Amino acid sequence: MSTTSTNPSTAPLTVPPAKRKRKLPGWSTAMIGVAGAIVLLSTTSYLTGFPQLTSTGTWQTALRLALPILLAGLGGLWAERAGVVNIGLEGMMIMGTWGAAWAGYQWGPWAALVSAAVFGALGGLLHAIATVTFGVNHIVSGVAINLLGAGLTKYLSTLIFYPLSNNPRESPAVPKFDTYSAAGLSDWLGDLEAQQRVGISDVAGILRGITTGVSPLTMIAIVLVPATFLVLWRTRFGLRLRSCGENPVAAESLGVNVYLYKYTAVIISGALAGIGGAALVLNPGQPGYLEGQTGGRGYIGLAAMIFGNWRPGGLLGGAALFGYVDGLQLRSGGKTVLALFYGAVLLLAVIVVVQLVRKKWFSAAFAIVGAAILYFVYFSLDELPSELTAYAPHLVTLVVLAVASQRLRAPAADGVIYRRGQGD
Amino acid sequence: MGTLRGKLLPPALAIVFSALLCGIALVISGANPLTAFGAMLTQVGEGTTLVDVVNSTGIYYIAALAVAIGFQMNLFNIGVEGQYRVAAVTAAVFGGSVTLPPGLHALAILVVAAVAGALWAAVPAILKVTRGVNEVISTIMMNGIALGLAAYLIRADVFGELRGNNIRTPEIPSTGWVPGISFGSSGTVFGLVLLAALLGVGYWIMMNRTRFGFELRASGESSTAAAAGGISAKKMVLIAMLLSGAIAGLVAMPEILGRDHTYNLNFPGGIGFSGIAIALLGRNHPGGIALGALLWAFLDKSGLALDNVGVPREIVTIMQGAIVLSVVVAYEVVRRVELAAEQRRVGRQTGTAEPVGGAA
Repeated sequence: MSTTSTNPSTAPLTVPPAKRKRKLPGWSTAMIGVAGAIVLLSTTSYLTGFPQLTSTGTWQTALRLALPILLAGLGGLWAERAGVVNIGLEGMMIMGTWGAAWAGYQWGPWAALVSAAVFGALGGLLHAIATVTFGVNHIVSGVAINLLGAGLTKYLSTLIFYPLSNNPRESPAVPKFDTYSAAGLSDWLGDLEAQQRVGISDVAGILRGITTGVSPLTMIAIVLVPATFLVLWRTRFGLRLRSCGENPVAAESLGVNVYLYKYTAVIISGALAGIGGAALVLNPGQPGYLEGQTGGRGYIGLAAMIFGNWRPGGLLGGAALFGYVDGLQLRSGGKTVLALFYGAVLLLAVIVVVQLVRKKWFSAAFAIVGAAILYFVYFSLDELPSELTAYAPHLVTLVVLAVASQRLRAPAADGVIYRRGQGD
Repeated sequence: MGTLRGKLLPPALAIVFSALLCGIALVISGANPLTAFGAMLTQVGEGTTLVDVVNSTGIYYIAALAVAIGFQMNLFNIGVEGQYRVAAVTAAVFGGSVTLPPGLHALAILVVAAVAGALWAAVPAILKVTRGVNEVISTIMMNGIALGLAAYLIRADVFGELRGNNIRTPEIPSTGWVPGISFGSSGTVFGLVLLAALLGVGYWIMMNRTRFGFELRASGESSTAAAAGGISAKKMVLIAMLLSGAIAGLVAMPEILGRDHTYNLNFPGGIGFSGIAIALLGRNHPGGIALGALLWAFLDKSGLALDNVGVPREIVTIMQGAIVLSVVVAYEVVRRVELAAEQRRVGRQTGTAEPVGGAA
């Protein structure tokens, strides 16, 4: 398998569509998207009678649950932009959780953060050695790192945590970060939310949710998104790093040390995934390290990155969506998640109108069918079983991939094995 | 270099390297590696360990075959994990709810399991063929959904029933059981371990002696070249994935029809991922896979003895992970060395200077 140069992970890509003239800059499209999402949620919550959709509690939980996904996704973004597919995010994240707990219970949350990054980076280093130096298939190495990460942490917890916590699957309690709230703002928004006014209360609830009880880790994670964008898209270093993911041979011909850039990217990727693990351990709802704590969030992070078309902004949107569904489910159960179906029907209705105006009959018909199915589900069920809602992100990812995979564009040399000097 | 040496050297190197690595880890954690490895070896003779190893080998073998079929077509079926779980629940529910004569009942359950596995694999296959969705991502997502679906289906108000602390599907009546080969106090070998052996033979014949196997391998090597020869890559992807899913569906059958007779909360997970590792270790060759499955089963089962000598048995998982990673690295290194040797040989024959890229 590793003997063939073709790689199964490079999906057949279509030629990107001819460049249309961009009417709006990226940030304003994003703002319109956010505004649209808020209007949609607020309408849904008003029509279905579920204020929880936009309540403070839901959004606070959503933010906490989105963090690990966001960080893992950022990790994936760094690696894949340099052309290394990182399925091993899950394993690096697991190593991060262990590292965070080990340093955290002894020296506090900041040490936990650093240690998690180091442990994750070690996983990244291993992935880099296997894929970059030895040219092992990226998926194979990733799967191996996932096995290794899980095994290593189990071994280390039995060895080190068991005498302390009397449970080989759990660490001693880890102290958390102090949280900060925007003091005056939070109360004022709370008043607004309590008035239950259409629209305004919803916005107030959402804003209060993401400005109350914010930990330094949250701030760091949020800052990492624009920071990643600036580093990768606005610096010489980033340009070179991305060129390794698009066309390593060309990069090499321009004197870029491709191996070095790939190593750096994958190690940073591991560190970010490790911090994502720390976000789980340092979540106020968790005592500390718990075996199986990551629950496939590394994979979801990867999905969020693909969802976001290998861009930091889109990744943020994907992580927010997945975190939100998770938070909603955790705070208010399957009934409220079902209300999201209603919201999806509304969204599809808008899409139908737009597609009809643009005279795209096929996609309009497709959206009508989708809306009908979703409405039927909403209408015929009382409550979504909690077993299934937990896996809503997986389903959403599949649907998005099925519908939009032609428009998503991975870095051109993503997953391709590169060897120095092969281009001559 | 001899081809046999090229085939056997990398896994041997990888196993020795991993054992060394784990030995160092043991020394650091204050244990004697020789005692640990010794305990693992003597454990094979104790109690039911040997029979457990055989049973486990059969199960791993089926999983690895499922993965290997995908690999032949250059497909990464990471979804074996989800496919065998969905198939196990479906088959257990089906088996527990129908009455059929002995023999036919078990056969019907096996068919249902294979079909369920194939259907679960059909989703990523169709997405790949029609929409160009990368199968790695879609199968990972299907694994997650499979977990949720299985948990939902065995809920007491759906198909399951509550027994003590455990939720399980209704028990399959004895007409659907597959008898094992009893070794008295040393345990019972699952009857369906023979099925694993049969599948292995079938896999070898299909790959090496049929037109389909040739087309599959050709298409996996180069889909464009195969297309020029009149082989549709899309059709091959679809068939390979369905076949892989069908075999994956059988993974849990030895346990369910031979011992448990039900799907419950204690259902073993992770066999699909082990299957990937074993298929890599055995290089998709039915014999190699058998050795890999045996090694995996041995590590799993005799690792239990480590607790007696005060070593956490999870060291075995580390060893397995290290073996996978080092075996793929070893294959790659050996390939490069052979390539360089070949280049030098050709260079000498044609009288040209030392070719570039000679170093591994």
